Amino acid sequence: MQRRRALRRIGCSALALAGAGCGRRSDPNGSLDFWAMGGEAEVVGQLLPEFRARHPGIDVRIQQVPFTTAHEKLLTAYAGDSLPDLCQLGNTWLPEFAALDAIEPLDARIAASSIPLDDYYAGVLDTNRMPGATAADAPRLLGLPWYVDTRLLYYRSDLLREAGIKQPPRSWAEWRAAMVAIRARGGEGHYGALLPLNEPEPLYAFALQQGALLTEGDTRGAFSQPAFRRALDFYAGLFHDGLAPAMTNTQVSNVWDEFARGMFAFYISGPWNIGVFRRRLPPERQNDWATAPLPGPDGPSVSTSGGSSLVLMRGSPRKEAAWKLIAFLSETATMQRFHALTGNLPPRRSAWLAPSLRNDEPSRAFADQLERVRPSPKVPEWERIFQEMQLTAERVVQRKQSSAAATAELDAWTDAVLEKRRWLRARAARGAV
Amino acid sequence: MRKVGLVGWALAAPALVVIGVFFALPVAAGLLLSLTDFDLYALADLSTLRFVGLGNYAHLLQTPLFWQALGNTFYFVAVGVPVSIGLSLGTALLLNARVAKWHGFFRTALFAPVVTTVVAVAVIWRYLLHTRYGLINQALDGIGIAPVDWLGDPRWSMPAIILFSAWKNFGYNMIILLAALQAVPREMYESARVDGAGPWRQFVDLTVPMLAPTLVMVGIMTISGYFQLFAEPYVMTQGGPLRSTVSVLYFMYEEGFRWWNLGNASAVAFLLFVVIFAVSWVLLRFDRDPGGAA
Repeated sequence: MQRRRALRRIGCSALALAGAGCGRRSDPNGSLDFWAMGGEAEVVGQLLPEFRARHPGIDVRIQQVPFTTAHEKLLTAYAGDSLPDLCQLGNTWLPEFAALDAIEPLDARIAASSIPLDDYYAGVLDTNRMPGATAADAPRLLGLPWYVDTRLLYYRSDLLREAGIKQPPRSWAEWRAAMVAIRARGGEGHYGALLPLNEPEPLYAFALQQGALLTEGDTRGAFSQPAFRRALDFYAGLFHDGLAPAMTNTQVSNVWDEFARGMFAFYISGPWNIGVFRRRLPPERQNDWATAPLPGPDGPSVSTSGGSSLVLMRGSPRKEAAWKLIAFLSETATMQRFHALTGNLPPRRSAWLAPSLRNDEPSRAFADQLERVRPSPKVPEWERIFQEMQLTAERVVQRKQSSAAATAELDAWTDAVLEKRRWLRARAARGAV
Repeated sequence: MRKVGLVGWALAAPALVVIGVFFALPVAAGLLLSLTDFDLYALADLSTLRFVGLGNYAHLLQTPLFWQALGNTFYFVAVGVPVSIGLSLGTALLLNARVAKWHGFFRTALFAPVVTTVVAVAVIWRYLLHTRYGLINQALDGIGIAPVDWLGDPRWSMPAIILFSAWKNFGYNMIILLAALQAVPREMYESARVDGAGPWRQFVDLTVPMLAPTLVMVGIMTISGYFQLFAEPYVMTQGGPLRSTVSVLYFMYEEGFRWWNLGNASAVAFLLFVVIFAVSWVLLRFDRDPGGAA
């Protein structure tokens, strides 16, 4: 009896504490909590003075979250009901937080605003569009792209010229022929391309060019089907024919040094490397590198659609104020300033009219590629399948398994991972009947 | 009598409450969790939580990666523990030798790796182990051994992790063994010498039996510590190459905090507990067995 009363007292005080916490959090006029990550978090504060001038009543608190722990922190915050009002969210994490129903759809707010959605690159915007709870529901837009990331070709223009190649390759066949020529000229210790074995993106981009990776409403793997097999065979063939070294990027001590030294002529990477190449390649090499859209099976094709979006949290009591900040950060002028501060590429075509982007040779290939990007499968398990896909490919590259056996195993594994999705779908179907 | 019992309980109560709230309760919750498929969907909507009985355990036992992680961990323990304790014993003997000079300096220097931060020194070791520019390969090159791709070659990644862990941890056991060595009366060595025992006989028939209880204690602590291998692969290899450095704990971390399959992760934790418990039990039996100690 005594003990029970004591327990109840502990419980009450805990509730009181929680209540106090809620009281502070639920104040609709309190300051906005904005979680941003990595380099973006460091500079976003410099964009805010103008926002404060326009909306003197809104106070913004920026919380810096390191990228490496952000995912964990966000999930823990969800479980603990302490998510911020708005947040920078990596595109690959959107499906997870959509499954948690933690994000407020933006469709109505965008319709009432002056933000023209058709100014955004379609593939990038599509990444933020999540299917509704049931098949009958219309898809909802859960985030507005903040900056974009896609993968394309960095290449050594001088090495291509010396090998007698006049323009960057556009198709897989041209690309392969260029690598053969460059390797023949370079000799021992020289390769066509560097495709680090622990980076899934190159293979993933080739696979996107070929077709779907998941099937049956994203509840089963499609890796043993011809589309993915063609991508894997092309990818593994580059290693088996000695055109790419079977290395992880921890084994290549310094990608930029080796690129400058001519160990490889092609490298698939994202926009951040434009700045890094300018900083880290020696001055005499600065005229010897360029970027080009990713070669496709038969000419220019799609690539990956990454980057970060701005999302509004469903639990926020300050949605109107938070939306004003998202809208401000999504203005063309703000995006251009953001690009100047970070080098991040803007997702709106109108922002690309800035001279610093329009006249920048390496960035222009990205503008071209961004017209052709394809979103990842929109399931929370995708990140995990993506990693397993690369481990499978690594086994094929190392000749530990045939590509037929490896992809069949990958499909079985994927089907097991997606079992709960099939169960949820069956349950929803039963509920609807 | 009853009153004394009550007073005893009252005095023990604060400690018991702490143990109950911070140990027994979480363990019980973890055990329950390991019988469900708690995942992201259950976090969103608890009605999707399914009770799966021993399903997680059965599934784990059929997961190749779990067996690989278990195999990697056993490899690490089976090689790492003898190497680490051997190094500790060797350095303790050297420090205890009468002819050795600057005891204090060497004791401090050899103990230093223990008090460093794993993450910081792992970064330095990554430089040391570097295939092209690392000091270790340059030293090997000096004696005519071809460069080894320590962290990139699946055959060498675990030996590299073992080398690093042994270096990082041997100082701790060294101090314990040194204390035990200093507790052996010098007269016993004198009488052994009078009886005609050489250095090797003295070591085998005198030092080892006198150290046996300490060695068993050090062994159990090191084994249970080494079974919980996590930070080294997390910082140095992220489990690669080809998953050759995924330990059980690393596997659990990925299941639980990367993929949010908390049901599965809890099951991994309990399986690891069973393994460590079984190994420690066998070792303790070995210690109590009079035949083993004599």
